[in-house]
Amino acid sequence: MHKAVLELKGSSFTLSVLHLNADNIDVLLQELDKKLAQAPQFFQNAPLVLNLAAVNEKTLDLAQLKQALIARKLFVVGVTGVQGILAATAQELGLPVIKSGKEQFSKPAAKAPTRTTKIVKQTVRSGQQVYAKDADLVVFGAVSNGAEVIADGSIHIHGTLRGKAMAGAQGDNNAIIIANTLSAELVSIAGNYWLSDSIQAHSNGSGACVRLDGESLIIESLPT
Amino acid sequence: MAQIIVVTSGKGGVGKTTSSAAIATGLALKGHKTVVIDFDIGLRNLDLIMGCERRVVYDFVNVINGEANLNQALIKDKRCDKLFVLPASQTRDKDALTKEGVGKVLEDLSKDFDYILCDSPAGIETGAMMALYFADTAIVTTNPEVSSVRDSDRILGMLQSRSRRAEQSLEPVKEFLLLTRYAPNRVKTGEMLSVEDVKEILAIPLLGVIPESQSVLKASNSGVPVIVDQQSDAGQAYSDAVARLLGDEVPLRFVNEEKKGILKRIFGS
Repeated sequence: MHKAVLELKGSSFTLSVLHLNADNIDVLLQELDKKLAQAPQFFQNAPLVLNLAAVNEKTLDLAQLKQALIARKLFVVGVTGVQGILAATAQELGLPVIKSGKEQFSKPAAKAPTRTTKIVKQTVRSGQQVYAKDADLVVFGAVSNGAEVIADGSIHIHGTLRGKAMAGAQGDNNAIIIANTLSAELVSIAGNYWLSDSIQAHSNGSGACVRLDGESLIIESLPT
Repeated sequence: MAQIIVVTSGKGGVGKTTSSAAIATGLALKGHKTVVIDFDIGLRNLDLIMGCERRVVYDFVNVINGEANLNQALIKDKRCDKLFVLPASQTRDKDALTKEGVGKVLEDLSKDFDYILCDSPAGIETGAMMALYFADTAIVTTNPEVSSVRDSDRILGMLQSRSRRAEQSLEPVKEFLLLTRYAPNRVKTGEMLSVEDVKEILAIPLLGVIPESQSVLKASNSGVPVIVDQQSDAGQAYSDAVARLLGDEVPLRFVNEEKKGILKRIFGS
Protein backbone atom coordinates (compact mmCIF):
# COMPACT_ATOMS: atom_id res chain seq x y z
CA MET A 1 0.00 0.00 0.00
CA HIS A 2 1.12 3.54 -0.72
CA LYS A 3 2.37 5.21 2.42
CA ALA A 4 1.49 8.87 2.92
CA VAL A 5 4.38 11.31 2.94
CA LEU A 6 2.90 13.07 5.90
CA GLU A 7 0.71 11.98 8.72
CA LEU A 8 -0.74 14.10 11.48
CA LYS A 9 -1.37 12.22 14.69
CA GLY A 10 -2.00 13.26 18.26
CA SER A 11 0.35 11.98 20.95
CA SER A 12 0.94 12.95 24.52
CA PHE A 13 4.36 13.49 26.06
CA THR A 14 5.51 14.02 29.56
CA LEU A 15 7.39 17.31 29.82
CA SER A 16 9.02 19.03 32.76
CA VAL A 17 7.35 22.33 33.56
CA LEU A 18 9.41 25.09 35.16
CA HIS A 19 7.18 27.22 37.38
CA LEU A 20 8.51 30.76 37.76
CA ASN A 21 7.46 32.52 40.91
CA ALA A 22 9.65 35.66 40.59
CA ASP A 23 10.34 38.30 37.92
CA ASN A 24 13.99 38.95 38.56
CA ILE A 25 16.01 36.85 36.12
CA ASP A 26 19.15 36.91 38.25
CA VAL A 27 17.29 35.51 41.23
CA LEU A 28 15.63 32.90 39.04
CA LEU A 29 18.87 31.76 37.43
CA GLN A 30 20.65 31.54 40.75
CA GLU A 31 17.94 29.25 42.06
CA LEU A 32 17.90 27.24 38.83
CA ASP A 33 21.66 26.66 38.94
CA LYS A 34 21.29 25.21 42.42
CA LYS A 35 18.65 22.77 41.17
CA LEU A 36 20.70 21.79 38.12
CA ALA A 37 23.74 21.11 40.26
CA GLN A 38 21.76 18.45 42.13
CA ALA A 39 21.17 16.39 38.97
CA PRO A 40 23.15 17.77 36.03
CA GLN A 41 22.71 14.69 33.82
CA PHE A 42 18.97 14.60 34.26
CA PHE A 43 18.40 18.09 32.96
CA GLN A 44 20.91 18.04 30.11
CA ASN A 45 19.16 18.75 26.77
CA ALA A 46 15.86 18.34 28.52
CA PRO A 47 12.76 19.83 26.82
CA LEU A 48 11.13 22.29 29.15
CA VAL A 49 7.85 24.19 29.35
CA LEU A 50 7.79 27.49 31.24
CA ASN A 51 4.79 28.21 33.41
CA LEU A 52 4.55 31.97 33.64
CA ALA A 53 1.22 32.25 35.41
CA ALA A 54 2.79 33.82 38.50
CA VAL A 55 5.11 36.37 36.92
CA ASN A 56 4.47 40.02 36.08
CA GLU A 57 4.14 40.09 32.33
CA LYS A 58 5.49 43.64 32.03
CA THR A 59 8.76 43.21 33.87
CA LEU A 60 9.87 39.75 32.74
CA ASP A 61 12.35 39.71 29.83
CA LEU A 62 11.43 36.45 28.18
CA ALA A 63 14.09 36.71 25.43
CA GLN A 64 16.88 37.03 27.99
CA LEU A 65 15.47 34.14 30.00
CA LYS A 66 15.33 31.93 26.93
CA GLN A 67 18.96 32.67 26.07
CA ALA A 68 20.06 31.95 29.62
CA LEU A 69 18.26 28.59 29.58
CA ILE A 70 19.76 27.59 26.23
CA ALA A 71 23.17 28.43 27.62
CA ARG A 72 22.45 25.85 30.34
CA LYS A 73 21.50 23.26 27.69
CA LEU A 74 17.79 23.42 28.52
CA PHE A 75 15.46 23.58 25.53
CA VAL A 76 12.39 25.65 26.04
CA VAL A 77 9.70 24.11 23.83
CA GLY A 78 6.80 26.29 24.92
CA VAL A 79 5.20 28.45 27.53
CA THR A 80 2.00 28.02 29.46
CA GLY A 81 -0.18 30.11 31.75
CA VAL A 82 0.39 33.30 29.74
CA GLN A 83 -1.91 35.97 28.41
CA GLY A 84 -1.69 39.32 26.59
CA ILE A 85 1.73 40.83 25.89
CA LEU A 86 3.72 37.88 27.18
CA ALA A 87 1.85 35.50 24.85
CA ALA A 88 2.72 37.73 21.90
CA THR A 89 6.36 37.98 22.99
CA ALA A 90 6.56 34.20 23.30
CA GLN A 91 5.25 33.73 19.78
CA GLU A 92 7.78 36.24 18.42
CA LEU A 93 10.52 34.19 20.08
CA GLY A 94 9.20 31.07 18.37
CA LEU A 95 7.74 29.61 21.60
CA PRO A 96 4.25 28.16 21.21
CA VAL A 97 1.69 28.80 23.93
CA ILE A 98 0.60 25.45 25.28
CA LYS A 99 -2.49 24.77 27.31
CA SER A 100 -2.14 22.00 29.84
CA GLY A 101 -4.61 19.11 29.71
CA LYS A 102 -6.31 20.14 32.92
CA GLU A 103 -7.07 23.64 31.68
CA GLN A 104 -8.58 22.32 28.49
CA PHE A 105 -10.86 19.76 30.02
CA SER A 106 -12.10 21.82 32.91
CA LYS A 107 -13.36 24.62 30.71
CA PRO A 108 -16.48 23.26 29.03
CA ALA A 109 -19.22 23.43 31.69
CA ALA A 110 -20.47 19.96 32.58
CA LYS A 111 -23.80 19.64 30.82
CA ALA A 112 -26.54 18.10 32.94
CA PRO A 113 -27.39 14.72 31.38
CA THR A 114 -31.00 14.33 30.29
CA ARG A 115 -32.83 12.01 32.62
CA THR A 116 -34.96 9.12 31.37
CA THR A 117 -36.91 6.36 33.10
CA LYS A 118 -36.00 2.71 33.36
CA ILE A 119 -38.80 0.23 34.02
CA VAL A 120 -38.26 -3.26 35.43
CA LYS A 121 -41.37 -5.43 35.16
CA GLN A 122 -40.44 -8.24 37.51
CA THR A 123 -39.25 -8.89 41.01
CA VAL A 124 -35.59 -8.04 41.50
CA ARG A 125 -34.23 -11.21 43.12
CA SER A 126 -31.53 -11.73 45.72
CA GLY A 127 -28.09 -11.26 44.15
CA GLN A 128 -29.40 -9.21 41.26
CA GLN A 129 -28.43 -5.60 40.76
CA VAL A 130 -30.25 -3.04 38.65
CA TYR A 131 -28.65 0.30 37.83
CA ALA A 132 -30.61 3.05 36.10
CA LYS A 133 -27.88 5.30 34.70
CA ASP A 134 -28.97 8.91 34.23
CA ALA A 135 -32.50 7.70 34.85
CA ASP A 136 -35.29 7.19 37.34
CA LEU A 137 -36.06 3.57 38.14
CA VAL A 138 -39.53 2.07 38.36
CA VAL A 139 -39.95 -1.53 39.54
CA PHE A 140 -43.23 -3.38 39.08
CA GLY A 141 -42.58 -6.06 41.65
CA ALA A 142 -40.64 -6.50 44.85
CA VAL A 143 -36.96 -6.00 45.58
CA SER A 144 -35.84 -9.05 47.56
CA ASN A 145 -33.43 -9.30 50.45
CA GLY A 146 -29.93 -9.27 49.03
CA ALA A 147 -30.94 -7.43 45.85
CA GLU A 148 -29.81 -3.90 44.98
CA VAL A 149 -31.56 -1.22 42.97
CA ILE A 150 -29.56 1.89 42.12
CA ALA A 151 -30.57 4.96 40.14
CA ASP A 152 -29.02 8.31 39.35
CA GLY A 153 -32.55 9.69 39.75
CA SER A 154 -35.44 8.54 41.94
CA ILE A 155 -36.61 4.98 42.63
CA HIS A 156 -40.26 3.87 42.69
CA ILE A 157 -41.02 0.34 43.84
CA HIS A 158 -44.56 -0.92 43.30
CA GLY A 159 -44.07 -3.81 45.66
CA THR A 160 -42.12 -4.50 48.82
CA LEU A 161 -38.60 -3.13 49.20
CA ARG A 162 -36.67 -5.70 51.22
CA GLY A 163 -33.22 -5.19 49.72
CA LYS A 164 -31.10 -2.08 49.18
CA ALA A 165 -32.16 1.01 47.29
CA MET A 166 -29.77 3.82 46.39
CA ALA A 167 -31.21 6.88 44.69
CA GLY A 168 -29.28 9.93 43.49
CA ALA A 169 -26.22 7.72 42.97
CA GLN A 170 -24.33 10.59 41.33
CA GLY A 171 -25.18 13.04 44.06
CA ASP A 172 -28.66 14.31 43.23
CA ASN A 173 -30.03 15.54 46.58
CA ASN A 174 -33.54 15.82 45.16
CA ALA A 175 -33.84 12.11 44.40
CA ILE A 176 -36.43 10.15 46.39
CA ILE A 177 -37.29 6.52 47.06
CA ILE A 178 -40.91 5.39 47.14
CA ALA A 179 -41.98 1.85 48.04
CA ASN A 180 -45.41 0.32 48.55
CA THR A 181 -44.02 -1.46 51.58
CA LEU A 182 -40.77 -0.36 53.13
CA SER A 183 -38.77 -3.04 54.93
CA ALA A 184 -35.41 -2.31 53.36
CA GLU A 185 -31.92 -3.44 54.34
CA LEU A 186 -30.62 -0.03 53.33
CA VAL A 187 -31.89 3.17 51.75
CA SER A 188 -29.53 5.84 50.48
CA ILE A 189 -30.02 9.22 48.85
CA ALA A 190 -26.98 10.92 47.35
CA GLY A 191 -24.74 8.86 49.65
CA ASN A 192 -26.69 9.55 52.86
CA TYR A 193 -27.85 6.17 54.03
CA TRP A 194 -29.82 4.42 56.74
CA LEU A 195 -29.65 0.74 57.65
CA SER A 196 -32.72 -1.32 58.52
CA ASP A 197 -32.60 -0.44 62.24
CA SER A 198 -32.89 3.29 61.57
CA ILE A 199 -35.47 2.68 58.86
CA GLN A 200 -37.65 0.66 61.24
CA ALA A 201 -37.38 3.37 63.87
CA HIS A 202 -38.73 5.96 61.43
CA SER A 203 -41.33 3.96 59.54
CA ASN A 204 -44.27 1.72 60.30
CA GLY A 205 -43.48 -0.66 57.47
CA SER A 206 -46.26 0.58 55.22
CA GLY A 207 -45.91 2.58 52.01
CA ALA A 208 -43.31 5.29 52.41
CA CYS A 209 -41.32 7.99 50.72
CA VAL A 210 -37.67 8.49 51.65
CA ARG A 211 -36.09 11.82 50.85
CA LEU A 212 -33.30 14.10 51.91
CA ASP A 213 -34.11 17.06 54.17
CA GLY A 214 -30.94 19.09 54.40
CA GLU A 215 -28.27 16.66 55.59
CA SER A 216 -30.59 14.06 57.01
CA LEU A 217 -32.95 11.47 55.58
CA ILE A 218 -36.62 11.57 56.42
CA ILE A 219 -39.27 8.91 55.87
CA GLU A 220 -42.88 9.91 55.31
CA SER A 221 -45.81 7.52 55.17
CA LEU A 222 -47.74 7.52 51.95
CA PRO A 223 -51.43 8.42 52.12
CA THR A 224 -53.47 5.24 51.86
CA MET B 1 -40.37 -33.48 22.85
CA ALA B 2 -39.92 -34.06 26.54
CA GLN B 3 -40.51 -31.42 29.12
CA ILE B 4 -37.33 -30.68 31.06
CA ILE B 5 -37.92 -30.00 34.74
CA VAL B 6 -35.19 -28.91 37.12
CA VAL B 7 -35.54 -29.48 40.84
CA THR B 8 -33.37 -26.82 42.44
CA SER B 9 -33.02 -24.72 45.59
CA GLY B 10 -29.66 -23.02 46.02
CA LYS B 11 -29.41 -24.23 49.60
CA GLY B 12 -28.40 -27.77 50.44
CA GLY B 13 -30.35 -30.29 52.49
CA VAL B 14 -33.80 -28.89 51.76
CA GLY B 15 -35.06 -32.00 49.95
CA LYS B 16 -34.14 -31.65 46.28
CA THR B 17 -33.19 -35.29 45.79
CA THR B 18 -36.11 -36.59 47.86
CA SER B 19 -38.47 -34.40 45.81
CA SER B 20 -36.85 -35.37 42.48
CA ALA B 21 -37.25 -39.06 43.29
CA ALA B 22 -40.84 -38.63 44.49
CA ILE B 23 -42.01 -36.44 41.61
CA ALA B 24 -40.29 -38.57 38.95
CA THR B 25 -41.91 -41.68 40.41
CA GLY B 26 -45.26 -39.90 40.62
CA LEU B 27 -45.12 -38.87 36.96
CA ALA B 28 -44.14 -42.39 35.91
CA LEU B 29 -46.93 -43.94 38.01
CA LYS B 30 -49.35 -41.69 36.12
CA GLY B 31 -48.15 -43.31 32.90
CA HIS B 32 -45.64 -40.75 31.66
CA LYS B 33 -42.28 -42.06 30.54
CA THR B 34 -39.88 -40.29 32.87
CA VAL B 35 -36.13 -40.14 33.44
CA VAL B 36 -34.52 -38.55 36.47
CA ILE B 37 -30.91 -37.38 36.16
CA ASP B 38 -28.55 -36.85 39.09
CA PHE B 39 -26.52 -33.67 38.39
CA ASP B 40 -24.70 -33.87 41.71
CA ILE B 41 -21.47 -35.17 40.19
CA GLY B 42 -19.10 -36.36 42.92
CA LEU B 43 -21.82 -36.52 45.59
CA ARG B 44 -24.10 -39.12 44.08
CA ASN B 45 -27.24 -39.66 46.19
CA LEU B 46 -30.22 -40.09 43.90
CA ASP B 47 -29.41 -43.76 43.24
CA LEU B 48 -29.64 -44.43 47.00
CA ILE B 49 -32.99 -42.69 47.37
CA MET B 50 -34.27 -44.58 44.31
CA GLY B 51 -32.86 -47.84 45.65
CA CYS B 52 -30.82 -48.67 42.56
CA GLU B 53 -27.27 -48.06 43.87
CA ARG B 54 -26.23 -51.66 43.31
CA ARG B 55 -27.11 -51.50 39.64
CA VAL B 56 -24.97 -48.46 38.68
CA VAL B 57 -22.43 -49.46 36.02
CA TYR B 58 -22.13 -46.46 33.75
CA ASP B 59 -23.06 -42.91 34.67
CA PHE B 60 -23.96 -39.49 33.28
CA VAL B 61 -20.31 -38.42 32.81
CA ASN B 62 -19.53 -41.64 30.93
CA VAL B 63 -22.33 -40.81 28.52
CA ILE B 64 -21.18 -37.20 28.08
CA ASN B 65 -17.63 -38.40 27.36
CA GLY B 66 -18.86 -41.03 24.91
CA GLU B 67 -17.55 -43.91 27.05
CA ALA B 68 -21.00 -45.47 27.21
CA ASN B 69 -24.28 -45.00 25.41
CA LEU B 70 -27.52 -43.93 27.06
CA ASN B 71 -29.04 -47.41 27.03
CA GLN B 72 -26.07 -48.74 28.99
CA ALA B 73 -26.25 -45.99 31.59
CA LEU B 74 -30.02 -45.71 32.11
CA ILE B 75 -31.28 -47.83 35.01
CA LYS B 76 -34.85 -49.05 34.80
CA ASP B 77 -36.77 -48.69 38.05
CA LYS B 78 -37.77 -52.02 39.56
CA ARG B 79 -41.21 -50.78 40.66
CA CYS B 80 -42.33 -48.87 37.59
CA ASP B 81 -41.37 -49.70 34.01
CA LYS B 82 -41.93 -46.11 32.82
CA LEU B 83 -39.24 -44.75 35.15
CA PHE B 84 -35.50 -44.56 34.50
CA VAL B 85 -32.56 -43.18 36.48
CA LEU B 86 -29.38 -41.67 35.04
CA PRO B 87 -26.94 -41.71 37.95
CA ALA B 88 -24.14 -39.22 38.62
CA SER B 89 -20.48 -40.12 38.65
CA GLN B 90 -19.04 -40.43 42.14
CA THR B 91 -15.40 -40.22 41.11
CA ARG B 92 -15.50 -36.98 39.11
CA ASP B 93 -16.38 -33.37 39.86
CA LYS B 94 -18.80 -30.82 38.46
CA ASP B 95 -16.34 -29.60 35.81
CA ALA B 96 -16.99 -32.84 33.92
CA LEU B 97 -20.30 -31.27 32.88
CA THR B 98 -20.17 -29.14 29.74
CA LYS B 99 -23.03 -27.26 28.17
CA GLU B 100 -22.54 -29.10 24.88
CA GLY B 101 -22.32 -32.52 26.56
CA VAL B 102 -25.36 -32.01 28.77
CA GLY B 103 -27.30 -30.50 25.88
CA LYS B 104 -26.57 -33.52 23.67
CA VAL B 105 -27.67 -36.02 26.34
CA LEU B 106 -30.90 -34.08 27.05
CA GLU B 107 -31.62 -33.86 23.33
CA ASP B 108 -31.21 -37.62 22.93
CA LEU B 109 -33.40 -38.31 25.97
CA SER B 110 -36.05 -35.89 24.67
CA LYS B 111 -36.79 -38.21 21.77
CA ASP B 112 -37.78 -41.09 24.05
CA PHE B 113 -39.21 -39.55 27.19
CA ASP B 114 -42.17 -37.38 28.23
CA TYR B 115 -40.48 -35.86 31.25
CA ILE B 116 -36.81 -35.31 32.12
CA LEU B 117 -36.20 -34.40 35.75
CA CYS B 118 -32.86 -32.80 36.58
CA ASP B 119 -31.89 -33.20 40.24
CA SER B 120 -29.69 -30.16 40.82
CA PRO B 121 -26.80 -30.04 43.28
CA ALA B 122 -26.79 -27.29 45.92
CA GLY B 123 -25.03 -24.02 45.24
CA ILE B 124 -24.92 -21.71 42.27
CA GLU B 125 -21.80 -23.08 40.59
CA THR B 126 -21.27 -25.15 37.43
CA GLY B 127 -23.32 -28.19 38.51
CA ALA B 128 -26.38 -26.19 39.49
CA MET B 129 -26.10 -23.95 36.42
CA MET B 130 -25.90 -26.97 34.10
CA ALA B 131 -28.95 -28.53 35.78
CA LEU B 132 -31.09 -25.43 35.30
CA TYR B 133 -29.72 -24.19 31.96
CA PHE B 134 -31.93 -26.32 29.69
CA ALA B 135 -35.03 -26.31 31.92
CA ASP B 136 -38.55 -25.58 30.67
CA THR B 137 -39.94 -25.76 34.19
CA ALA B 138 -38.29 -25.23 37.56
CA ILE B 139 -39.43 -26.64 40.87
CA VAL B 140 -37.83 -24.49 43.53
CA THR B 141 -37.60 -26.56 46.69
CA THR B 142 -37.69 -24.38 49.78
CA ASN B 143 -37.81 -24.95 53.53
CA PRO B 144 -39.88 -22.51 55.56
CA GLU B 145 -36.89 -20.66 57.00
CA VAL B 146 -35.19 -17.41 55.99
CA SER B 147 -31.87 -18.71 54.63
CA SER B 148 -33.56 -21.25 52.37
CA VAL B 149 -36.01 -18.61 51.13
CA ARG B 150 -33.20 -16.20 50.30
CA ASP B 151 -31.23 -18.88 48.42
CA SER B 152 -34.35 -19.84 46.49
CA ASP B 153 -34.79 -16.20 45.58
CA ARG B 154 -31.22 -16.15 44.28
CA ILE B 155 -31.84 -19.25 42.16
CA LEU B 156 -35.00 -17.66 40.74
CA GLY B 157 -32.84 -14.73 39.67
CA MET B 158 -30.46 -17.17 37.97
CA LEU B 159 -33.35 -18.86 36.16
CA GLN B 160 -34.42 -15.46 34.87
CA SER B 161 -30.97 -14.45 33.68
CA ARG B 162 -28.77 -17.48 33.09
CA SER B 163 -31.04 -20.19 31.67
CA ARG B 164 -31.19 -21.09 27.98
CA ARG B 165 -34.66 -19.62 27.74
CA ALA B 166 -33.43 -16.31 29.18
CA GLU B 167 -30.31 -16.22 27.00
CA GLN B 168 -32.27 -16.93 23.83
CA SER B 169 -35.16 -14.62 24.85
CA LEU B 170 -37.67 -17.47 24.68
CA GLU B 171 -40.74 -17.80 26.88
CA PRO B 172 -39.36 -17.72 30.44
CA VAL B 173 -38.88 -20.85 32.54
CA LYS B 174 -42.09 -21.80 34.41
CA GLU B 175 -41.33 -21.49 38.11
CA PHE B 176 -43.06 -23.39 40.90
CA LEU B 177 -42.57 -23.32 44.64
CA LEU B 178 -42.40 -26.60 46.52
CA LEU B 179 -42.39 -26.00 50.25
CA THR B 180 -40.85 -28.96 52.06
CA ARG B 181 -40.40 -29.96 55.71
CA TYR B 182 -43.41 -27.88 56.69
CA ALA B 183 -44.51 -28.17 60.31
CA PRO B 184 -47.85 -26.39 60.90
CA ASN B 185 -47.51 -26.51 64.68
CA ARG B 186 -44.17 -24.69 64.52
CA VAL B 187 -45.63 -22.10 62.13
CA LYS B 188 -48.35 -21.48 64.72
CA THR B 189 -45.76 -20.79 67.42
CA GLY B 190 -43.86 -18.46 65.08
CA GLU B 191 -40.76 -20.65 64.79
CA MET B 192 -41.30 -21.25 61.11
CA LEU B 193 -42.38 -19.08 58.17
CA SER B 194 -45.91 -19.75 56.98
CA VAL B 195 -46.92 -20.78 53.44
CA GLU B 196 -48.22 -17.23 52.93
CA ASP B 197 -44.95 -15.64 54.10
CA VAL B 198 -42.87 -17.69 51.67
CA LYS B 199 -45.33 -17.19 48.81
CA GLU B 200 -45.30 -13.45 49.38
CA ILE B 201 -41.50 -13.22 49.34
CA LEU B 202 -40.86 -15.50 46.37
CA ALA B 203 -43.97 -14.48 44.40
CA ILE B 204 -44.26 -17.69 42.34
CA PRO B 205 -47.12 -20.23 42.11
CA LEU B 206 -47.23 -22.92 44.78
CA LEU B 207 -46.86 -26.49 43.55
CA GLY B 208 -47.24 -28.13 46.91
CA VAL B 209 -46.53 -28.21 50.61
CA ILE B 210 -44.81 -31.33 51.91
CA PRO B 211 -45.20 -31.78 55.66
CA GLU B 212 -42.23 -32.64 57.85
CA SER B 213 -42.61 -36.37 58.25
CA GLN B 214 -40.93 -39.40 59.77
CA SER B 215 -41.84 -41.32 56.65
CA VAL B 216 -39.38 -39.33 54.48
CA LEU B 217 -36.28 -40.48 56.38
CA LYS B 218 -37.62 -44.03 56.56
CA ALA B 219 -38.24 -44.03 52.80
CA SER B 220 -34.81 -42.58 52.00
CA ASN B 221 -32.99 -45.13 54.10
CA SER B 222 -34.86 -48.00 52.50
CA GLY B 223 -34.39 -46.69 48.97
CA VAL B 224 -38.08 -46.27 48.22
CA PRO B 225 -39.32 -42.89 46.97
CA VAL B 226 -41.68 -41.56 49.65
CA ILE B 227 -44.51 -41.08 47.14
CA VAL B 228 -44.85 -44.87 46.96
CA ASP B 229 -45.89 -44.84 50.64
CA GLN B 230 -49.45 -43.59 50.14
CA GLN B 231 -50.20 -44.18 53.84
CA SER B 232 -47.86 -41.28 54.73
CA ASP B 233 -48.83 -37.60 54.69
CA ALA B 234 -45.64 -36.71 52.78
CA GLY B 235 -46.37 -39.34 50.13
CA GLN B 236 -49.90 -38.00 49.66
CA ALA B 237 -48.63 -34.42 49.53
CA TYR B 238 -46.18 -35.37 46.75
CA SER B 239 -49.03 -37.03 44.83
CA ASP B 240 -50.97 -33.77 45.07
CA ALA B 241 -47.92 -31.84 43.81
CA VAL B 242 -47.56 -34.18 40.83
CA ALA B 243 -51.25 -33.74 40.01
CA ARG B 244 -50.82 -29.96 40.08
CA LEU B 245 -47.72 -30.24 37.89
CA LEU B 246 -49.90 -32.06 35.35
CA GLY B 247 -52.44 -29.23 35.49
CA ASP B 248 -55.03 -30.57 37.94
CA GLU B 249 -56.49 -28.37 40.63
CA VAL B 250 -56.06 -30.04 43.97
CA PRO B 251 -56.77 -28.37 47.33
CA LEU B 252 -53.83 -27.89 49.70
CA ARG B 253 -53.53 -30.40 52.53
CA PHE B 254 -51.36 -30.67 55.63
CA VAL B 255 -50.93 -26.90 56.01
CA ASN B 256 -52.94 -26.58 59.20
CA GLU B 257 -52.17 -28.10 62.54
CA GLU B 258 -53.70 -31.51 62.87
CA LYS B 259 -56.59 -31.49 65.26
CA LYS B 260 -56.84 -34.98 66.53
CA GLY B 261 -60.06 -36.71 65.59
CA ILE B 262 -61.67 -34.40 63.06
CA LEU B 263 -58.98 -34.37 60.38
CA LYS B 264 -58.21 -38.00 60.95
CA ARG B 265 -61.76 -38.90 60.09
CA ILE B 266 -61.64 -36.82 56.91
CA PHE B 267 -58.30 -38.06 55.60
CA GLY B 268 -58.39 -41.44 57.17
CA SER B 269 -54.74 -41.53 58.20
